[in-house]
Amino acid sequence: MSNLLEVEDLHICFSVLGQEVHALRGINFTLRKGEILGIAGESGCGKSVAAKAIMRLLPAHSSSVSQGKIFYNGQNLLKLSEAEMRSVRGKEIAMIFQDPMTSLNPTKTIGAQVMEGYCLHRPEIKKQEAKHYAIELLRQVGIPQPEERFLAYPHLFSGGMRQRAMIALAIASEPKILLADEPTTALDVTIQAQILDLLRKIAQENGTSIILITHDLSVIANMCDRVAIMYAGKIVEEAPVDVLFKTPRHPYTQGLLHSIPRLDTPRDHPLVPIEGRPPNLTKTFSGCAFCPRCSSALRICTANDPPYISCDTEHHVACWREHPQNPHNQG
Amino acid sequence: MSPVGENIPKILTIRGKSPEMQENALNNSDTILAKMPPLISVEELRVHYLSDKRSLKAVDGISFSLHEGKTLGLVGESGCGKSTTGKAVLQLEQPTGGKILFRGTDLALMSSKELFAFRRESQMIFQDPYASLNPRMTAGDIIAEPLDIHRLEKGSQRTTRIHELLQLVGLSPHLASRFPHEFSGGQRQRIGIARALAVRPRFIVCDEPISALDVSVQAQIINLLKSLQEEMGIAYLFITHDLRVVKYLSTEIAVMYLGHIVESAPTEELYKNPAHPYTQALLAAIPLPDPVQERKRNRIVLKDEVPSPYAPPPGCVFCTRCPFAQPICQTERPVMRQIASAHYAACHFA
Repeated sequence: MSNLLEVEDLHICFSVLGQEVHALRGINFTLRKGEILGIAGESGCGKSVAAKAIMRLLPAHSSSVSQGKIFYNGQNLLKLSEAEMRSVRGKEIAMIFQDPMTSLNPTKTIGAQVMEGYCLHRPEIKKQEAKHYAIELLRQVGIPQPEERFLAYPHLFSGGMRQRAMIALAIASEPKILLADEPTTALDVTIQAQILDLLRKIAQENGTSIILITHDLSVIANMCDRVAIMYAGKIVEEAPVDVLFKTPRHPYTQGLLHSIPRLDTPRDHPLVPIEGRPPNLTKTFSGCAFCPRCSSALRICTANDPPYISCDTEHHVACWREHPQNPHNQG
Repeated sequence: MSPVGENIPKILTIRGKSPEMQENALNNSDTILAKMPPLISVEELRVHYLSDKRSLKAVDGISFSLHEGKTLGLVGESGCGKSTTGKAVLQLEQPTGGKILFRGTDLALMSSKELFAFRRESQMIFQDPYASLNPRMTAGDIIAEPLDIHRLEKGSQRTTRIHELLQLVGLSPHLASRFPHEFSGGQRQRIGIARALAVRPRFIVCDEPISALDVSVQAQIINLLKSLQEEMGIAYLFITHDLRVVKYLSTEIAVMYLGHIVESAPTEELYKNPAHPYTQALLAAIPLPDPVQERKRNRIVLKDEVPSPYAPPPGCVFCTRCPFAQPICQTERPVMRQIASAHYAACHFA
């Protein structure tokens, strides 16, 4: 499989109230054609920032890309002019946002919003054609009576319906990549199952590659081919989904997996939470960002940032314990 | 530990050493409990709102009971009436019908003095730790506010009690002078829990207490709530949409849909033999943190969405989405029927 998107050593800083927040501290990942890549992590770990950086949607006045490259189709997106970027954004790479309540324009009909992006990228298309296409899209994403709903405003839609409309907007231009940022977090379980089903269908039928960003590891297990786990602005572990859930190597990944109650966790079995909380990214720190919360930290962990270590060709982890020269690492 | 644990009937704090002992002890306590009147019992509770001259039936005739030291999980999706139920039980919302009995006494018939005493024994933990703490009060004052209202500990005793409560929820006593904005979400939720515990309640309504927290912090709060219950024998009405958490915390579960309880059973039984199609679909909709099991699993994806509570279906409330609906479901509302011991479901075909 060839790489559709490559992110190399991306660093992003925000300046907040005169302080520098180092939101991304050098992340690397690739997205292959037709795959669903999951990016998981807790709030503030930088997963949404990464998605917005790919879309170039970060506010220019308060954020800066201090280093790094994002390659799509051989071109570095960070080097494109705003006009060039506009022909990629929405057309080649589209995004679904977390909160369907606030990310649709409340003053325009659903139909007009679905048509807007589509017409923008295809100026030659006739309005009547675009309307037919938009109605077809609404039908495709499972909105009942799309002809009537075309004229409805977002406030008349339920949360699940709005998220379907958002998906219709995003897939209107048949993008190659879909960035889904917590697409089901605001939704109820049965509606979540519907939306995940829809995304899976889109990936299979249109061959769209999806980056699914979520804090819920169960959603990842359900949907993804590969997973990257983020912590404090870095990817700490990356692996195919089966490998990650079967043999997690990073203590943070292990901690996350142990702290979710599973349906088969017996009731007298205490959950093992990760003590403490994520670090403050306004401060620079030496060593591994996770080591203050890590129960198996080595002395080097406080001093030096761990390198990326490959457990095998597909499984990479940023942890000193996995270093080949670590005497405790027998395998 | 603290004097909070006093006055708890012996049967509630049994934790046997061996699994068999524990089993026996629990079984004994269950039989004793069955003879005791429940702490809270709700009969045919209704909460209807009048808005736009239409009646919204948020809660439409539900019944359940909760014994000392037990946890009842109230599960359902948004808008099913679970939070309204929690508020009505605490008299924060006026029921429009039915009865709520606390130790056998109807709350509606209580004098204001009796109701004040009831409020001391029942507390609430809220969903959003960012909105439920007064930003202008220190953590210590927030925790001690219930003590002030109920005129309990004063002066130096009040300070001691604040420190004791902070320790109890895993916070350091010197944090008492800090303001809410100085705490993280998980720490704020701990303050909310300390506030609820201040007056030594026997019953706490937990309304989605962990859904606003990060995954790694959720487990900390779940463990805290569980150990507090084990130490003090407090009964929880645990309101949530998360079937994984509720399985882990509850002794019994009631599933709500559109203002009705559609199924209720002891936890293990409910997960092993879900009888109502809605419960089955809910269980099938939980993603599992295991890709191998996920692929093997039979997925039920419900069609459509919950109907408007202004115009619920005349028959079974679930019939519009039920994969097994028959003509009778559209016309006749099923009543709760016993399926197994302590297992009830409202379905014509269960």
